[in-house]
Amino acid sequence: MTPSWSRFAAPATFYPLAGRLIPVFWVLAAAFIILGLYWGFFETPDQLGGSNAQKDYYRIIFIHVGSAWMSMWLYAVMVGWAAVGLVFKTRLSFMMANAIAPTGAIFTFLALWTGAIWGRPSWGTYWDWDPRLTSELILFFLYIGYIALHSAIDDSRRADRAASLLAIVGLVMVPVIFWSINCPDPNQCAALHQRSGLGRVDGNILFAMLTMTLGLWMYSFATTLMRLRGIILTREAQTAWVQDLVQVEVRPS
Amino acid sequence: MNTLLEFLSQGGFAGYVWGAYGMTLALLVIETLSLRRQRRATLARLARLARLRDTGDQR
Repeated sequence: MTPSWSRFAAPATFYPLAGRLIPVFWVLAAAFIILGLYWGFFETPDQLGGSNAQKDYYRIIFIHVGSAWMSMWLYAVMVGWAAVGLVFKTRLSFMMANAIAPTGAIFTFLALWTGAIWGRPSWGTYWDWDPRLTSELILFFLYIGYIALHSAIDDSRRADRAASLLAIVGLVMVPVIFWSINCPDPNQCAALHQRSGLGRVDGNILFAMLTMTLGLWMYSFATTLMRLRGIILTREAQTAWVQDLVQVEVRPS
Repeated sequence: MNTLLEFLSQGGFAGYVWGAYGMTLALLVIETLSLRRQRRATLARLARLARLRDTGDQR
């Protein structure tokens, strides 16, 4: 007997399900982001710390942390789908990995961009070859490499396998980014970037930060599912269900 | 009015704060719009293919 979850592994079943989920994720994303921005800008102090205080520019944290977490999380999820695709040979898994990559690349770029802008007033420089900054930059190149390799191979099944292997090998960067700061022995790691420590963050700031992260996560679901639906239509264009669907969606004008 | 200007100035760090938020907003909006455009383009392409197939059947 086929387990019921595998029904959703069929693109024809998942396509309408994704279509129903997308508006839900948009509403959740908007709600979390609006709440997070309101809290971050109006319910938090203007200044952090005593001597050498972080002034208003620390508010970049609300998008910086969310983008950085999403950049690593989406990579892990992308590799997860790539691995599932390689093991079980399911078409939808590879399509899922494909759909995640551009959104992940955008969040990686945003983590770097917002980090650079935050770095200028707090450390006096936009960029330094600090371990975490450098490894995050490599993560950005891995996303770009995955997308470029996939689009360079015409046969989509070969492209799926090659790009998946690259993604899986690149997964080694995620713990490197994480432990380049949160390393077990701080004396071993010289770093410009502050250590992350949720326990030391003011409650209002933490709330805004986590709410914004949830908002960006919901946004990632929405855009990934939108992109996935496009990929399904393109790749399954020869099947009867897509051809029927096109008749319904595009009425002759 | 003053409170609005005060808010926009972000304690003198307007360029940094809005530079970070502006880029984020810009990229997320561009991504969303381009996904919508891609969807319309894909459906139009598939519809064109379907019409070609239909006329092919009639021959």
